[in-house]
Amino acid sequence: MSGWETVIGLEIHAQLATRSKIFSGASSAYGAAPNTQACLVDLGYPGVLPVLNAEAVRMAVRFGTAIGARIARQSVFARKNYFYPDLPKGYQISQYELPIVAHGAIDIVLDDGSVKRVGVTRAHLEEDAGKSLHEGLPGVTGIDLNRAGTPLLEIVSEPQLRSAKEAVAYMKKVHTLVRYLEICDGNMQEGSFRCDANVSVRPKGSDKLGTRAEIKNVNSFRFVEKAIQYEVTRQIELIESGGTVVQETRLYDPDKGETRSMRSKEEANDYRYFPDPDLLPLTLDEEYIEAVGAQLPELPDAKAARLVAQYGLPAYDAGVLTASRELADYYEAVARAVPSQPKLAANWVMGDLSAALNKEGLDIGAGRMPAERLAGLLTRIVDETISGKIAKEVFEAMWASGDSADRVIEAKGLKQITDGAAIERAIEEVMAKNPAQLAEYRAGKDKLFGFFVGQVMKATGGKANPAQLNELLKKKLPG
Amino acid sequence: MYDFCTDFRFLDGTLMALTRAQVESIAHLARLELEPAEIPAFQDKLSRIVDFIGELERADTSGVAPMAHPLSGLSQRLRPDAVTEGDGRELYQRNAPQVASGLYLVPKVIE
Repeated sequence: MSGWETVIGLEIHAQLATRSKIFSGASSAYGAAPNTQACLVDLGYPGVLPVLNAEAVRMAVRFGTAIGARIARQSVFARKNYFYPDLPKGYQISQYELPIVAHGAIDIVLDDGSVKRVGVTRAHLEEDAGKSLHEGLPGVTGIDLNRAGTPLLEIVSEPQLRSAKEAVAYMKKVHTLVRYLEICDGNMQEGSFRCDANVSVRPKGSDKLGTRAEIKNVNSFRFVEKAIQYEVTRQIELIESGGTVVQETRLYDPDKGETRSMRSKEEANDYRYFPDPDLLPLTLDEEYIEAVGAQLPELPDAKAARLVAQYGLPAYDAGVLTASRELADYYEAVARAVPSQPKLAANWVMGDLSAALNKEGLDIGAGRMPAERLAGLLTRIVDETISGKIAKEVFEAMWASGDSADRVIEAKGLKQITDGAAIERAIEEVMAKNPAQLAEYRAGKDKLFGFFVGQVMKATGGKANPAQLNELLKKKLPG
Repeated sequence: MYDFCTDFRFLDGTLMALTRAQVESIAHLARLELEPAEIPAFQDKLSRIVDFIGELERADTSGVAPMAHPLSGLSQRLRPDAVTEGDGRELYQRNAPQVASGLYLVPKVIE
């Protein structure tokens, strides 16, 4: 692979979280019975006219402002002409020469911790197409037009991504951003957030772009990574064995883990765009743009920087905790309740809690472990009622029962032993039971200190206060 | 934009008649099936339409701002984001040649 540079640009389609469609008053809710949310405008009946949804415009401006892009004072809707049964009008209303958002940038964090700025060429408003269904319909294709007319924001990056990993990091960042902005639910299974990847390779040092293949409609982060990796290897092997890459659309097959040619783009690509005569240019004034900008929430990068400054967290932790607004809010609620130990709170949220949520496929917002309940557990670690190790056991019981930390500690008798005399007694018993080890230790085998810690912990059911135990052992063992 | 004027013009600006292949390609994009014998007539007619539109190319438009719509100075009206259309499937599908389980059926589309 060395000797080659990968060049990737992503086109991300984010379905905007409006109630109604971009040009009609039909509902855009997911999952309704086929064609029950497809009105005459969506069906492309003669004589109907599109009327633009104000909320879709506001959401596009919100996104543009968040990525520091230029918001067009005037943008134009154009018809993209092609024939397909899930596109009843014979054209998709999109934006071509004058998109609503242009020239923005998004920062991603690379594996080595450095920050890379990725240019966003443009983001434009358009309507989604319907769905074609083939299964269980021998000889025919079934068309469901519920999705037709759902507002999409197509976010087009510069070809500045240099690996599958960078592409995924960028896609995740856009995903985080649209959810922070509450303009897209980000549900990839339902197709609310999907992406096309333009992939090409070129000899290292070359500044000329190679011929690209476009991988269509990938709807998971893992598949994007795998599809790009496969495609890069395919192109390099093809060129090295004397072949040439053809410009084409390819589909990723997750079952086989490969991309395959869908159709040659040369012919299909002739979309004959022209301004849609049914729609006037969209004009936005300063006042409107400023008002939308003033309503932006704290964005992920700003939030992460604040978590570092306010709670002294490492940048890595801040990045993980700001992956979603809900997670960051949860963390802050815990950290506020345990103000002396913000890092401990971060470790628990990113560690045991996230693991438990992942295991059951739950979201932080599901409310399975309210922030105050986790904070209750951490408070007992901080005030030394329990050790960090026992806390894990308490957490598991809390997770299973929904009880508070105090109730679990009480019911299971897990309160830490901080009574020095009791710990001393336990130490003496262990020393008496293990004379051989004691003799070795006294003869200079320092490593056995750990053995005694373990034995006393075992004897006290793990409840001895670790700091006290260490101190007392150091005093008692030498004799 | 699809630029007929430059696509079908010689470098010196004079009109180039559309080739047979170009007419076939345009017909394909429009999903029109032409009889081979019809093509020369369309070459002639389409070339004349292109030439007619091409008059605009010869007009002096320096200093004229491009328009995206003939109703210049007007802006797109916006609609509040509200669901105003109910389920009209039963009614709309009466016009469809073939439906099943709420789906419109079309000849099989193979990618």
